[in-house]
Amino acid sequence: MRGRIGSFAAGVAVLAVLLAVPHAMRPYYVGLVTKMLIFALFAMSLDLLLGYTGLASLGHAAFFGVAAYTIALLFLHAGVGGWVAFPAALAAATATGAVIAVLALRARGSYFLMITFALAQVVWSVAFGWRSFTNGDDGMPGIARPDFGWSLDNTDAYFYFTLAVVGVAILLLAAIVKSPFGRALRGIRESESRMQALGYDVWRYQFTAFVLAAAFAGLAGALYAYYNRFVGPEYLNVIQSAEALIMVILGGAGTLIGPAIGAALIVFLEDYVSSMTEHWVMVLGIIYVLVTLFAPRGLVGMIVDYRQRRSTP
Amino acid sequence: MTALAIDDLCKNFGGVTALAGVSLEIGVGERRVLLGPNGAGKTTLFHTISGNLMPSSGRIRLFDRDITQLRPDERARLGLARTFQITNLFPRLTVLDSVLLAVGGANGRPLRLIWPMSSYRGRYEEAHRLLEQWGLAGTARRVVRNLSYGEQRQLELVLALAGEPRLLLLDEPTAGLSPAETSAVVAMVQQLPRDMTILIIEHDMDVAFEIADRIAVMHQGRLIAEGDEAAIRANPQVTEIYLGME
Amino acid sequence: MIWVIHILNGVAFGMLLFLLAAGLSLIYGLMKILNLTHGSFYLVGGYIGLSVMRLTGSFALALVVAAIAIAVIGAAIERFFLRRFHLDELPQTLLTFGFLFIFADLSLWIWGGDPIMLTMPQIFQRSVPMGYFSYPIYRLFLIVVGLIIASALWWFQEHTRLGTMLRAGVDDAEIARALGINVSLLFTLIYATGAALAAVGGVLAGPVLSLYPGADFDTLILAFVVVIVGGLGSLRGALAGALLVGLLDDFGKAFFPEFALFTVFVPMAFILVVRPTGLFGRR
Repeated sequence: MRGRIGSFAAGVAVLAVLLAVPHAMRPYYVGLVTKMLIFALFAMSLDLLLGYTGLASLGHAAFFGVAAYTIALLFLHAGVGGWVAFPAALAAATATGAVIAVLALRARGSYFLMITFALAQVVWSVAFGWRSFTNGDDGMPGIARPDFGWSLDNTDAYFYFTLAVVGVAILLLAAIVKSPFGRALRGIRESESRMQALGYDVWRYQFTAFVLAAAFAGLAGALYAYYNRFVGPEYLNVIQSAEALIMVILGGAGTLIGPAIGAALIVFLEDYVSSMTEHWVMVLGIIYVLVTLFAPRGLVGMIVDYRQRRSTP
Repeated sequence: MTALAIDDLCKNFGGVTALAGVSLEIGVGERRVLLGPNGAGKTTLFHTISGNLMPSSGRIRLFDRDITQLRPDERARLGLARTFQITNLFPRLTVLDSVLLAVGGANGRPLRLIWPMSSYRGRYEEAHRLLEQWGLAGTARRVVRNLSYGEQRQLELVLALAGEPRLLLLDEPTAGLSPAETSAVVAMVQQLPRDMTILIIEHDMDVAFEIADRIAVMHQGRLIAEGDEAAIRANPQVTEIYLGME
Repeated sequence: MIWVIHILNGVAFGMLLFLLAAGLSLIYGLMKILNLTHGSFYLVGGYIGLSVMRLTGSFALALVVAAIAIAVIGAAIERFFLRRFHLDELPQTLLTFGFLFIFADLSLWIWGGDPIMLTMPQIFQRSVPMGYFSYPIYRLFLIVVGLIIASALWWFQEHTRLGTMLRAGVDDAEIARALGINVSLLFTLIYATGAALAAVGGVLAGPVLSLYPGADFDTLILAFVVVIVGGLGSLRGALAGALLVGLLDDFGKAFFPEFALFTVFVPMAFILVVRPTGLFGRR
């Protein structure tokens, strides 16, 4: 009971701080925090797959990018706006997730890694190569933010919009993770064969988790497309998938809140490093190595471990 | 009705024949122990019964239903449960969470994201009851990988029992246990409801004779003897195999 | 006639892919590591060869230096980083992924962003007449080299004790030690060898394919497709998969240049549906 009140209070505190952001910070930083929120959602969606179900995907950006491209294509080729574009983007991301899941779940372990990696690259290659449709490497600029009654053009307005959407998504994710379904995912992560022996149709659970993760990643991608007012193949590339992955690991896989913190950190680091040097990718690689060597369980993961050890007689 | 009927089961791995035509029938409520030296094919037989391995040929029927092509989870939902020779638990989950999963499993209910609150409470109570019944009451909040080996073996058993199986497969339940722990396991098995059919792989002859109604002896992928205690003790082939090993 | 050219091109490219896939499979087969850094070994190996050629003009020297340099780098990575996570899959993946990025950025820094090609060595600067057309001798050379290396690896796998172990997929260090093999040295050697093979692939590719930032990822993906189709851990699979992917990639680029990756993706999807462990994969 104490734990529940504690995390509720913490949640309220965080929310209060976030609500104050547009009043306390300059537009550039409000934009940065918006980006942190978007990537927190992206990272948490991957956590559902990696941290809770135990499926390490190296191609999560595929769903992020497919949703973003759907937004862009609908707007720039068909003039379609927010009300239709959002659901369409989610549907596209979910469908892509289903297709990739069916193929990737034919295997486990290293094969699964390779397949998700390769399939995401295939999606990227379509975006990159189909110049007539997607403009290829130049990307698709000029996307207008949706108008749901009041304009979201203003940085502050978009911040609140993002906060609302991400907030609801986080509540949904938390509910999923706490539900019997979420508990079953954790069992699958720990031992697939044991869960099978207990009567669980493991493939169905993994497939559903994968598709859900794709959907939430797609939501983040849609938000990001409107945030930048631009979509390019970099939404789909390895680096994007790699950033999502390190956000989860750095924060702590399987904790949901950890990846959100990891996302904020990585977004901040990228912004900071990129302002000083062109070598963000190298820094990213170094972060990978350092985190793996010194903090493989992630920041929040280490706290959880410490608590677990203390409670053992 | 027979609980388990195995018909000429064969399993080949490349050039190696692990099972060379095993046929076996176990009646409902029977306690059957499977004896045999290492490499006789006992665990392979278990894996084919539970569905972890597909046989090369032959049929398996569970309560008169052909399960040869079914997946492990489908068989579990038909009332089959097993323990594993190498402890197969959920290392980072708590004991309580593990048992909750076991309680929720065999129902075979499809994915439920939203669960009625009453069922939640029901599951919790069932889980606690199981832990109490099988002597693990104090461990509910402990993380599985921090348990002692004996406690883990106990939990292995509890997980299998949680679904109220009709056929229980126990794979070397007393392996690596102290004499006291072994007696506890024997007592546990003897307390199980009489309508539960149990097939046990055992190494320890004394334990085998204590639990079993009938015994089956395997050697090199074949069933070479079957019968009650007296028949097995009197069987010259059996003595030869076991004496040869000592 | 044009088909023959495409087939030869495909086989030649397949041989390059084979060098990468063989290294990947070798490393995975013994050490159960999926070496994501393999793409870097290819590209950086190629770049090192390029620099050596610029300095000395010798292609042979480029090959040797690149192979040795990458082998040393690979050995260092294995010895100081990967070794700590024996059999722990995720950390190994993360480490090799991290190095992939580090090398990607480093090579961009050192060799720049423009695609470059190695100068074709003099002896190969001609074509061999074949029926109605002539075919560049270099690609034939690639095919020959590929076959020689494949045979050498095959011989090693079939006729040495070590090879038999690798073939059996023995990952039990105890058994290996009982057979008198220094397991830690073996791991380092195997990793270094795999890396060297990739580097050789990079240098050999230099005169016909360009080296560019991103070639590490692109080639790694193709190598993945090769082992998915052929089966991870199998030498035969690496060769079969490489030839198949090489041919498909060439035909794809020739007939559907915007979607080349798709022609390669289709058999991969097919294999996954029909035989997930690959043509010659285990389990």
